[in-house]
Amino acid sequence: MSEPIALKLTAKDFKSDQEVRWCPGCGDYAILAAVQQFMPELNIPRENIVFVSGIGCSSRFPYYMNTYGMHSIHGRAPAIATGLSVSRPDLSVWVVTGDGDALSIGGNHLIHALRRNVNLKILLFNNRIYGLTKGQYSPTSEVGKITKSTPVGSADAPFNPISLALGAEATFVGRTIDSDRKHLQSVLRAAAEHEGSAFVEIYQNCNIFNDGAFDQLKDPGIRDDHLIRLEHGQPITFGKDGQFCVVHPPGGFGLEVRETASTAAEEIVVHDAGVADPAYAFALSRLPGFDLRNTPIGVFRSVARPSYDSVVQSQVAEAKAKATETPEQQLAGLLGSGDTWTIVG
Amino acid sequence: MTKQIRQLDRVVIRFAGDSGDGMQLTGDRFTSETAQLGNDISTLPNFPAEIRAPAGTLPGVSSFQVHFADYDILTPGDAPNVLVAMNPAALKANLADLPRGADIIVNTDEFTKRNLAKVGYASSPLDDDTLDGYAVHPVALTSMTIGALAELDVSKKDAERAKNMFALGLLSWMYSRPYTSTLRFLERKFAKRPELVAANVAAFKAGWNFGETTEDFAVRYEVKPAKMPPGTYRNITGNAALSLGLVASGVRSGLPVFLGAYPITPASDILHELSKHKRFGVTTMQAEDEIAAIGAALGASYGGALGVTTTSGPGVALKSETISLAVALELPLVIVDVQRAGPSTGMPTKTEQADLNMALFGRHGEAPVAVIAPKSPSDCFYAALEAARIALTYRTPVILLSDNYVANGSEPWLLPDVESLPDLRVEFATAPNGEDGTTFLPYLRDPQTLARPWAIPGTPGLEHRIGGLEKADKTGDISYDPTNHDFMVRTRAARIETIPVPDIEVEDPDGDARVLVLGWGSTYGPIGAACRALRQRGLPVAQAHLRHLAPMPANLGTVLASYDRVVIPEMNLGQLAQVIRARYLVDAIGYNQVRGLPFTAAELETMLEEVLKNV
Repeated sequence: MSEPIALKLTAKDFKSDQEVRWCPGCGDYAILAAVQQFMPELNIPRENIVFVSGIGCSSRFPYYMNTYGMHSIHGRAPAIATGLSVSRPDLSVWVVTGDGDALSIGGNHLIHALRRNVNLKILLFNNRIYGLTKGQYSPTSEVGKITKSTPVGSADAPFNPISLALGAEATFVGRTIDSDRKHLQSVLRAAAEHEGSAFVEIYQNCNIFNDGAFDQLKDPGIRDDHLIRLEHGQPITFGKDGQFCVVHPPGGFGLEVRETASTAAEEIVVHDAGVADPAYAFALSRLPGFDLRNTPIGVFRSVARPSYDSVVQSQVAEAKAKATETPEQQLAGLLGSGDTWTIVG
Repeated sequence: MTKQIRQLDRVVIRFAGDSGDGMQLTGDRFTSETAQLGNDISTLPNFPAEIRAPAGTLPGVSSFQVHFADYDILTPGDAPNVLVAMNPAALKANLADLPRGADIIVNTDEFTKRNLAKVGYASSPLDDDTLDGYAVHPVALTSMTIGALAELDVSKKDAERAKNMFALGLLSWMYSRPYTSTLRFLERKFAKRPELVAANVAAFKAGWNFGETTEDFAVRYEVKPAKMPPGTYRNITGNAALSLGLVASGVRSGLPVFLGAYPITPASDILHELSKHKRFGVTTMQAEDEIAAIGAALGASYGGALGVTTTSGPGVALKSETISLAVALELPLVIVDVQRAGPSTGMPTKTEQADLNMALFGRHGEAPVAVIAPKSPSDCFYAALEAARIALTYRTPVILLSDNYVANGSEPWLLPDVESLPDLRVEFATAPNGEDGTTFLPYLRDPQTLARPWAIPGTPGLEHRIGGLEKADKTGDISYDPTNHDFMVRTRAARIETIPVPDIEVEDPDGDARVLVLGWGSTYGPIGAACRALRQRGLPVAQAHLRHLAPMPANLGTVLASYDRVVIPEMNLGQLAQVIRARYLVDAIGYNQVRGLPFTAAELETMLEEVLKNV
């Protein structure tokens, strides 16, 4: 195969002529800029890229991308994108969604897109609040959250989006943060290269209704003691001085954080995103505490499995390849199949 | 002995038994044999929603009625001339429909004390006066089948299960049906179990030979072929015809067909059928729910496929929000609603026409769509093509209102010449359409059709964003402008209202009728049969049938105004009648029943006769 021609697109090529209408200071601006800057790297013509979204602040995203785009219905973007992706394997299809859109009203479509392994890149902007409807708690809000609809505190236990995606056996699961452009783009890069569903949770700050939700992961003074930066093939250590590490305690089911100083080097888990059993990545997803301590970011899981699109397309292609007649001839044959009889005039 | 052969012009047979007795298959085979002979046919399957209701009970009774004649017929027949009752439950459930004098063939082996008690018979109706006035033929169907198969290497259970073929053999003999297609069918069906081919063929032949030798059946009947237009025919159900119509729409448009569907009675057979036709570029997706099914179909349409979703009433309710999105996006989409009795789960295997209001009005906002309805099983083929034509030409969702009666009923279908089917080719947008030569305006309309350009992803230079938010005229940009919204709402209404549809035709052979019967959808057959019967009695009545329910034919108002009375029979509480009254200020008379069964021609005839008396 010859080398693809370099398209030499720039971030500017991906900016649409529409005025961006998020609140000033919204984390969505940073994500939009990071995505627009990253897109040229794909070297895919703009016309072959489609962004599909649902409803919510994040779902306005497609209007601002100078690609094809559809702003659809609350929760339904994965379903609509599935039909598009399956019938048009030549396209690069991205879904932009939020915590309410993907995990509440659209939870069913999300898990089914993931279990089918549809060739979609799903970016879930998680701000742990309903922004567009002005501040109700979301399915990722913490228990006891005081919001407009929960004046004495939310009684709901939240979803852990990474755990949920892994429960659906997503083949690619990653997490990143709106304000860390370099990291965000590294996860996008890995997601884009993945064949099948790639699920990326992006922690995103809503400065109006849930400001500072992820401050522990952003404050330069403390973030290193909170964040676990996952790197494939590397021992999992973290903390300003690498003072913490992740181990798999004998006899236990999951993973635990220990002090590096008191842990033998061979006990420290070496991150392997390619572990076939989702239980490993699931254990990683359970590490964070309620105060966001021990939050892994990066690629939790990246395993190979044929995409739904490719299986469906190959079934159609195989059936078509066997046909020797024109479609009209085939149709005439189909209409006249089964028991027929002829009446002579 | 030589048996007497009597000629009949028409016969209605009902096969009835337990859900597990194979009555649908038996009826289907008898129909196929009858089709081979060239009779006109109409069939009516009637079965419970439960897959295996408790054996021998009334709720477990499944039946299949076939009407065949030497002339063209329009309905599966009001009352059976012959009932085959495989057990007491089947007899009890169907006896009320039988006119006195009808033949009843009963499987006496099943008339045990226990089975009689299950359905509340204190004594056997074969022994008391219950069946006085009927021609009862007691046949030990089960034991004779087992006896006939004694020499074969099959279990007693398999032998007992072949009793439906014994019944089929007997009926095939009685009505002089050709049976080679049934033997071929059995070979195909049990290809992997040759011992079952042998068993079923032996049971069939035993039934045939029993008819020939027993003295109980002294007469054999013949029904001569009907005079039908020349050509090649096959017998087809509505769901099968609809599926083929969708395949044909793909071929005639040159577009891949994408079906998103979630299993639901009575629409699932369309999903089953289309999943077999991948070689036509048909993709089927069994979605996680009704909403995903239509969402995926809409996504495929956005990408340049013919997106289709098939369902029944409860599914349409779930899809409503996505239909509204499709109205806003102005993309082609075919939504098939095989109506069943509602509300809620209702009676999933019974028919009704009560989704018309939902199809016309059941969405949020002003969200007009085109609505069409087939009038018979084979018409489902053409209705599917017409739905695709409107969807593709006018870039709109189209709701196709089938129902359980046409979906599962069958009739002979004169196969069309493929080249004569409508040309559905479409043109995608390929170049900017703005005056400056570089801008693309996704909502700049074709002045004729009011359709916007279909610019599919992958087309360079036409990158654009669409969505559910209100769009500015021409540019498609988000717009909250009051005047623009008013304009767009009216434009979306106008683009449906101005779709040209054929004028409605009136059947009034002598042109002297003062009463018009207006119907839509599956009531065509019974209404037509009732009108014919009245005319034969010298009572003039006109019939008109709506295929297009939105928009309605341009001449409908004039037609309605030219009659003294308009009668609208519907299997709902008057949904079309309400629309007709509102739109045309016509004081239409409704005739409504919602029993889960089609109208009988006789009840319509009686009702219309009353109306005629009062004009």
